[in-house]
Amino acid sequence: MTAILDVRNLSTSFSTPEGAVRAVNDVSFAIEAGETLGIVGESGSGKSQIFMSVMGLLAKNGRAQGSVQFKGKEILNLQVDELNKIRGVKMSMIFQDPMTSLNPYLSVKRQMTEVLETHRGMSQDAALTAAVDLLDIVQIPEARRRVHMFPHEFSGGMRQRVMIAMALLCQPELLIADEPTTALDVTVQAQILDLLGKLKRETGMAIALITHDLGVIAGLADRVMVMYAGEVAERANAGPLFKSPQHPYTQGLLRSMPRLDETRANRLQTIGGQPPNLQHLPDGCRFRDRCSYAFDRCAAEKPLLRTIAETRAKACHLEAL
Amino acid sequence: MLHYLMRRLGGAIPTLFVIIAGTFFLMRLAPGGPFARERKVPPEVEANLLKAYHLDEPLWQQFLRYLNGLLHGDFGPSFKYKDFSVAELIFGGFPVSLQLGGIAIVLALTIGLTLGIWAALRQNSITDYAAMSVSMVGIAVPNFVVAPILTLLIGMQLQLLPVGGWGHASNYVLPVIALCLPQIAAIARLTRASMIEVLSSNFVRTARAKGLPARVTITRHAIRAAVLPVVSYLGPAVANIITGSVVVEQIFSIPGIGRYFVQGSLNRDYTLVMGVTVFYGALIILCNLIADLLYGVLDPKVRYD
Amino acid sequence: MAVADIAVGTVPEVKGRSLWADARHRFLRNKAAVASLIIFCLIVAACFLAPHLGLRAPDDINWELESWGPPNLELGYLLGTDANNRDLFVRTLYGGQVSLLVGFTATLVSLVIGVIWGATAGFIGGRVDGFMMRIVDILYSIPFIFFVIMLTVVFGRFITLIYVAIGAVSWLDMARIVRGQTISIRRREFIEAAEASGVSKWRIITRHIIPNCLGPVVVYVTLTVPNVILTESFISFLGMGVQEPDSSWGTLVSEAAVVMEIAPWAIIGTGGILAVTLLCLNFIGDGMRDALDPKDR
Repeated sequence: MTAILDVRNLSTSFSTPEGAVRAVNDVSFAIEAGETLGIVGESGSGKSQIFMSVMGLLAKNGRAQGSVQFKGKEILNLQVDELNKIRGVKMSMIFQDPMTSLNPYLSVKRQMTEVLETHRGMSQDAALTAAVDLLDIVQIPEARRRVHMFPHEFSGGMRQRVMIAMALLCQPELLIADEPTTALDVTVQAQILDLLGKLKRETGMAIALITHDLGVIAGLADRVMVMYAGEVAERANAGPLFKSPQHPYTQGLLRSMPRLDETRANRLQTIGGQPPNLQHLPDGCRFRDRCSYAFDRCAAEKPLLRTIAETRAKACHLEAL
Repeated sequence: MLHYLMRRLGGAIPTLFVIIAGTFFLMRLAPGGPFARERKVPPEVEANLLKAYHLDEPLWQQFLRYLNGLLHGDFGPSFKYKDFSVAELIFGGFPVSLQLGGIAIVLALTIGLTLGIWAALRQNSITDYAAMSVSMVGIAVPNFVVAPILTLLIGMQLQLLPVGGWGHASNYVLPVIALCLPQIAAIARLTRASMIEVLSSNFVRTARAKGLPARVTITRHAIRAAVLPVVSYLGPAVANIITGSVVVEQIFSIPGIGRYFVQGSLNRDYTLVMGVTVFYGALIILCNLIADLLYGVLDPKVRYD
Repeated sequence: MAVADIAVGTVPEVKGRSLWADARHRFLRNKAAVASLIIFCLIVAACFLAPHLGLRAPDDINWELESWGPPNLELGYLLGTDANNRDLFVRTLYGGQVSLLVGFTATLVSLVIGVIWGATAGFIGGRVDGFMMRIVDILYSIPFIFFVIMLTVVFGRFITLIYVAIGAVSWLDMARIVRGQTISIRRREFIEAAEASGVSKWRIITRHIIPNCLGPVVVYVTLTVPNVILTESFISFLGMGVQEPDSSWGTLVSEAAVVMEIAPWAIIGTGGILAVTLLCLNFIGDGMRDALDPKDR
């Protein structure tokens, strides 16, 4: 069965006055129909830029190379007109900041109906009905009245729901959620995640969930991909990853999460150091400066992503953790 | 929306009042002028003054009279043109100035917006740099330098257009160009900067992510947002055109209000100078109100606050 | 196994730069701005050093030449003569002194008024701020040129008065900028931190607030100068500015415009130097703005 999204050897670089910066380096992964892939990493790990490249939303100084196939069709660097037949229709994206991601000068109605008018050729009235239905599904109260309002009249959580509804209008097969809860407060976070879970169950669509917060991944993801400095560090099914991480970085991330069952005697664990400057990368493994397991081979030879079990892969010289 | 308009109107009235009061008391202060204690004016004007301004009354009463007169469209008698009232001069010259300024502002907006949007869409290309450098020249070089040079080149050397006077369509060309050039430049730069910022905004990114055709993204989302600063600039733009018209009318001998203002200033025709200032001040305030109204239509955040 | 205590030190250091060094670097990369700065300095030098350059005096009348005569290179009349057979080029240089002086003094006046007004409004905040800014809003809608002209009509054409008048009507933008900066800086955490650790209010103002305001203020000063020169030229052009025997670029352009047909070089020369000066100032101002507050252009 063809994967919904098949990314192979994707590299994305940005040209800056100080030289080229490779934000994504030779990344490969696939998302199957109906599965939820969690992509975890710090800021600057390249996790968002992967999907900006996939959606053709890179900044002007960005270049993507490699191969991205959507249901078997190559879409990387596709002509904009062709790409627009997929974006918003079969593959949708929601972003981190709902405050600024909606156009403040247009009504919610307009921003939703235009999607249906463009992609499904619907009339304004039919589109309006469909939009209201979807707003109901994402649990916006009084949707029929609210749809005529403007974004600034909604709260942050509600705006994100509107974004989700907008993304689902054409029943996409893949939803890319780029840090959908980062800008929201914790209670609202939980609501949005619950909503995503519900939608996932009811529509069977695939989700790419990008976040820096492992807690967000925990409830929703089937598989997880951990990114570090533009490369994949580890890839596994969610359960095994949380139970026994095989990459020192993943282990560090899990350990640094505060837990309810910890006593106050234990200090908060952190991963010492900073992510590397992508313009001055160290030789060998990019993580070795912060890794307590590092040995000679780590500096001499860069570890490639290797399969260690049927559904697991990691980029580390260690045999086991 | 009504609430918003009321607030704006509430701001406009004190402004107008300040202009009128400022003008009035400034004129009264003029040493050796007609309103000072020692008046050196011909007897007919003296008689006219006393009749029109009741100069023997206390100052605040004179002010109220002036205000009252204004409300009835009476700006008082002119000082130099003894047979005319200021109102007659102003309303006589206004249609001319209105034509000149009106065409200029319309051209400035259409050409400026188009140029700015076009440059933004081709950011950092040669055409962009060229357009912006040319517009920098348009802003920096004063229109009283541009106008004579245009006249020199086109009017005199090439003999293509008349260099003065009014009445024929060809009379309009050079003055309008001289007048609107700086505003085209200013609006183009403003639009370009605004458009560039909007094009990299998150909501335009969302529009692209929704798979909307480029044309829709640019017109419905980008331009709509980018135009707002230009709408705010409308008031100052009109003010600049009015100011510019003063010089342009002088250079091209156009019988508009600007020329009366200049003559009045040189001749110390106080009432005329006052009248024109108040009139143009009110006009600018009106244009600011219209711009505010337009802004309210375009930006929902403002009108619902 | 201590994940927590890994030393950092194997990553090469990236040299940091202070805001001003960064800005200077960016400014120097802007060729138009640098070229403009050089040209502007040359013009200023030429105008103010004119008496020492061994040129003719500006009121030196040469009866042998015709009035509004063409440029005469062998005799050194670069722009020819004016209506009274004086050296137009020299008069232009001397006129530049007036125009540039007006530019700087009026800008200084507007700077002082604007900074005091804006900083006070921003620092005090609340009702006082609201009131002070309402006044700015009201004054913003008033056609300035008209008031300046009225002032000259009322009080005569004393040069100092003109400087002050122009400065007095140009301070509004400065006040707004300074107020905005003051407010945003006041609210920043490092000010709270400074206050919390007992740093005196005066020190806060001098050490923290003022250096952070300087950027936009410098930009606006550079952009105010050409506006002021333009305003002065404007009223002088109309005959309401400086009076004979002094002249500024505005009066010279005005005289040259009248005889445009018979002496086109005059308007091109006088208008040209005014235009080039204003253009350079605008490029410099733009360059400073981009240097101190860069956005992706």
